[in-house]
Amino acid sequence: MRHTFAVLVENSPGVLSKVAGLFSRRGFNIESLVVSETEDSSTSRMTIVVEGDNRVLEQVGKQLNKQVDIIKVNDITHEETVERQLCLIRVSADQSTRQEVLQITEVFRCRVVDIGRKSLIVEATGDETKMQAIIRSLRPFGIMELVRTGKVAMIRGERNKGK
Amino acid sequence: MVKALERENVEMVFSYPGGANLEILDYLRKSSIRTVLVRHEQGAAHEASGYARITGKPGVCLVTSGPGATNLVTGIAAASMDSIPLIAITGQVATSMVGTDAFQEVDVTGITDPITKHNYLIKDVNAVAQTVKEAFYVASAGRPGPVVLDFPRDVAKATSKIKEVASIDLRGYKPNLKGHTGQIKQVIRLLAEAKRPLILAGGGILGSGSWDELRQLAESQQTPVANTLMGLSSISLDHPLALGLAGVHGLPAANLAIQRADLLIGLGTRFSDRLSCDVEGFAPNAKIVHIDVDPAEIGKNVRVDIPLVGDLKIVLNQILEKLEPVQHQEWLAEIAQLKAMKAPSCRAEGLSPITVMESLAKVLPAQAIVTTDVGQHQLWSAQRLPHRRPRGFISSGGLGAMGYGIPAAIGAQMACPNDLVVAVTGDGSFQMGLPELGTAKEQKLPIKILLLNNSYLGMVKQLQDFYCGQRYAAVQFTDNPDFGCLVKAYGGSHYLVSREEDLSKALADFLADPGMAVLEARVAYEENVLPMVLGGNCLSQMEGIE
Ligand SMILES: Cc1ncc(C[n+]2csc(CCOP(=O)(O)OP(=O)(O)O)c2C)c(N)n1
Repeated sequence: MRHTFAVLVENSPGVLSKVAGLFSRRGFNIESLVVSETEDSSTSRMTIVVEGDNRVLEQVGKQLNKQVDIIKVNDITHEETVERQLCLIRVSADQSTRQEVLQITEVFRCRVVDIGRKSLIVEATGDETKMQAIIRSLRPFGIMELVRTGKVAMIRGERNKGK
Repeated sequence: MVKALERENVEMVFSYPGGANLEILDYLRKSSIRTVLVRHEQGAAHEASGYARITGKPGVCLVTSGPGATNLVTGIAAASMDSIPLIAITGQVATSMVGTDAFQEVDVTGITDPITKHNYLIKDVNAVAQTVKEAFYVASAGRPGPVVLDFPRDVAKATSKIKEVASIDLRGYKPNLKGHTGQIKQVIRLLAEAKRPLILAGGGILGSGSWDELRQLAESQQTPVANTLMGLSSISLDHPLALGLAGVHGLPAANLAIQRADLLIGLGTRFSDRLSCDVEGFAPNAKIVHIDVDPAEIGKNVRVDIPLVGDLKIVLNQILEKLEPVQHQEWLAEIAQLKAMKAPSCRAEGLSPITVMESLAKVLPAQAIVTTDVGQHQLWSAQRLPHRRPRGFISSGGLGAMGYGIPAAIGAQMACPNDLVVAVTGDGSFQMGLPELGTAKEQKLPIKILLLNNSYLGMVKQLQDFYCGQRYAAVQFTDNPDFGCLVKAYGGSHYLVSREEDLSKALADFLADPGMAVLEARVAYEENVLPMVLGGNCLSQMEGIE
């Protein structure tokens, strides 16, 4: 099972290494981890995607909660969320294929952010499913380079602000 | 820093100096806090741990940067595994030098992350007072544990005008102390329904100071009590409901009671692998109630039917308020039969270490404090001593760190100068703790050391007996030093016994000695700690029990 944890932490040095150390020494599998400052500069928000069975996921939540620098841990897997990743793809595109590639980027509402003679850089945002679909569609043209952020997520609705 | 320590009512600091902690030591000199100079930093951590375990207050140690800090690591890890409140202050190179691989620089917070409850690198002199207060709070609140304060030299030299410290309000650490009333009702219901209830009391009872509540619970519910190694001394083994040590080397009654119980109430225990043995086959007939202040322990190792998070002192009182007394005559009759099954005794020729432990058990005053090292002698102490004084059995449980016994005895003796403190050790462990005899000598501590000398690393030899077809490798000391000379060099008295008929007199003389004394018992190396549950087996499959 894959779960997403929204983790509010003190914005102090060492917190990231504490969290990373905790995951590695307890054998938890991090699929992705994104960290950045929040609207309150004294806190950061980590969005961590973890793979594991029920017991592991329960331990992940509890062990994170135990850390003094961690303020709040939410498993938001089953919440209504908006989630986004960002992906930059350098795809080969010469005279003969460029039109087709551009069409695909339009279908997925991606942006072309750089054009070379033989390649384009495509910027895509969306959730996991969309990322996979874009990558699948561009692969036949030749993906030369690909970088992706992890996922960030926010619970929908008014009440959840600040969670 | 020193002011902040005074504010926490620190009585003594186990210290070792170096270039990076000169300033703190200089101020400590002018303070009412006692500076105890140790011989090795590992000793400082274990001494602080011994002090903490007997008093329930955080123990404090202070060392220099680099090697001073790395020498502490075993002691911090031991305290972490056993949930002991410890404040370890490490000097650090100046903040401007941090990260440059400066002389005697190590990444202390990085190294100690996995073995501390929390750690701090203090970069701002104005944060010192508040950070120290926070560190003491974190070390003792909820589930206790070690906290490291890494203190760079420039910060130590700077001055701060801060006088007031705010009360502690950590948004990231708010342990839940009171038990959930719904869960408490369930526990009470299960207790009323149970036919074969059993309490498993761990170190949490001692940490939270709730041995009286434990006894009341056991008596009102006529429920026997087994102990984890860390839980020993939470109930005196003289008590009719006490079953003693459970686990790999548990007593037959304790292990079998766990396997036969229909309700198992775990109090302040991790259900560690040394206790549970085969997890699948653990307490197969029991509903399991787990009460602990650390929610992360619940459901970590064994399946739990009723989890209950809270401080044991508070939760047990919540439960006791609502309990109706019950009787369990049939179950207690069965328990009485189990208790008649003793741990196997002496098999070897010559003076048996088991005989020595049993003789010590007979003459040990109720108020005596016992510390142990790690090995066979530790488990014989755990199995055979009466454990009458709450917190009076001090042993490295989770880490199993040889070299713990002597410094722990020093820490306990410093805390309780008028009480009898006996360290039980083996010839292997003794040589790991040896440097601290220098500390004991200087502090004029009358600690008593019972050295079971079998010329072997007995516990490992035992493992080789069971798992390696008696092929002994690297376990025999063929040319041990003259322990008598060593002890005398440290100003202690040395008593030697190698025949059973001399034992009682030797023990009496040794315990009556006014100063530091070592009783060296030359014992048969063949003796093994039984029962023993072999790897993969469950608690009822005990070697040495028919
Ligand atoms: C620091 C450390 N190193 C190694 C071990 C592994 N170990 C466990 S018990 C033991 C032997 C202890 O021998 P001794 O102190 O003579 O006690 P005995 O078992 O003979 O009673 C060893 C080496 C350990 N527990 N701690």
